[in-house]
Amino acid sequence: MTGLVVVVQLLVVVALSPLLIGMMRQVRARMEGRVGPGIGQPWRDLRKLMRKQPITPDGTSVVFRTAPLVLVATCLVVAAVAPLVSTAALLDPVSDLFAVVALLTLGTVTLALAGIDTGTAFGGLGASRETTIVALVEPTLLVAIFALSVPVGSTNLGAIVGATLADPAQVLSPVSLLAAAALVVVIIAETGRLPVDNPSTHLELTMVHEAMILEYAGPDLALVELAASMRLSLFLGLLANLFLPWGIATGGDPLLIGLAVPALVVKVAALGALLAAAEVFLAKLRLFRVPELLAGSFVMGLLAVGASYFLA
Amino acid sequence: MSESLFTQLLNLTVGAMLLTAVLTLWWRQLSSIIVIFGLQGIALAATVALIATHEGSAELGVVAVLVLVLRAGVLPWLLRRTLAAAGPNRRETRPLVNVVTSLLVAAGLTLLAYAVAQPLVALDTSPTGHAVPAALAVALTGFFVLVTRRLALSQLVGFLLLDNGITAVGILTTAEIGLVVELGISMDVLLVVLVLQVLKSRIRAAFGRTDIDELRELHD
Repeated sequence: MTGLVVVVQLLVVVALSPLLIGMMRQVRARMEGRVGPGIGQPWRDLRKLMRKQPITPDGTSVVFRTAPLVLVATCLVVAAVAPLVSTAALLDPVSDLFAVVALLTLGTVTLALAGIDTGTAFGGLGASRETTIVALVEPTLLVAIFALSVPVGSTNLGAIVGATLADPAQVLSPVSLLAAAALVVVIIAETGRLPVDNPSTHLELTMVHEAMILEYAGPDLALVELAASMRLSLFLGLLANLFLPWGIATGGDPLLIGLAVPALVVKVAALGALLAAAEVFLAKLRLFRVPELLAGSFVMGLLAVGASYFLA
Repeated sequence: MSESLFTQLLNLTVGAMLLTAVLTLWWRQLSSIIVIFGLQGIALAATVALIATHEGSAELGVVAVLVLVLRAGVLPWLLRRTLAAAGPNRRETRPLVNVVTSLLVAAGLTLLAYAVAQPLVALDTSPTGHAVPAALAVALTGFFVLVTRRLALSQLVGFLLLDNGITAVGILTTAEIGLVVELGISMDVLLVVLVLQVLKSRIRAAFGRTDIDELRELHD
């Protein structure tokens, strides 16, 4: 029955990720006193972009054309194997911490290469900023989840979530709290939200993600946007299940999976709304202050690993 | 209180002490650093109170109250008064070691503390023994703040962090440290802070600032 898990996870992530983005924009709009376009707007944008003629700039190579596909493919693989709806995945060995982080990084690196491939000033600028951030984000991500894996004795994400489910008191241990704090900072940086990157601007001084995808148009842009929203919901889903695993199914039983889907949706929507509400009160950090923030979260991740060895 | 609950709560309070020590390196606003120092005082008092309830020792309970009053009440209040009198210079703008490096150094110091405390942990396998490295890391981080910050007030906070760490190590290793010893240490710390406060206002009156690096030669 693990096939069912994979299908359900893929459907949920692909269908609901743009709605998550729409919901977050709507929350921001309401809190800023605007009416907002409604939560379906990202899907309407995607449909509009999909109908447009595919077009690539002169002088770009195969790197530029395949990047959106690679990006979406990595997100789909992670969506299929990560413990989102059930801890039992079809491709159990791939649901490993290092494999999942490597897949997500592969997407980021591909997009950075595509940004350089256009040969424009903005593409290179965005790629350079993105690699600076990624170089600090990936170690923190690995270290923080690794801290959670030490008490379990396995780097399999499903096993980690299952262990937390079996012993809920673990959530309040210093290891878990430090790792949670580190992961939140890292997820904000990795998905390009405030205060690291401003997702709603095209101002050259501040943009990171937007600068890399400036040359994309039509269906390619739709794929990149879809992948960006999928990454956000995957990260939030992982965060929710690593620290608040309640409601997740432990096997492939259809009834339990039917219950796990609304639980996941509620958890991710709550986290997204919280993130969007916090963004209203934040200003973007200056770019050279970003490494400070990320170094802080790296130290918290490292302390979490230390605590998991020495306080256990 | 059951043994596992005691272990978990002790880990939580000691973890909070370590986290607040790292936060003093991370933040630049002196007023936030003083708030963080107060929180660390509360965490230290909670640690002592936990051990007191676990051992059923009334003497340690008195020490916990003493620690709470001094380190979460009196000392932050004195620091805030010093800050209010310090004039416009309220941010540690350029420490000798920049913030990113000092955070990484703090991580290194924590690992060093774990490495050097191994014999102590092996000696005492109880939960308090396991928490000693974290307290030692707080002391080392305090020492690092003391040597790398430029403003007199940040250095004072560094000294107090160092003292918090030393107190935590003492109580975690020996449990029955004795009320008299703790009272003596507390009085000493209070006296040092008061003396440094006067010294700092003198420095400011003489030079108009408290950047210690500006003091290169003796004047009369």
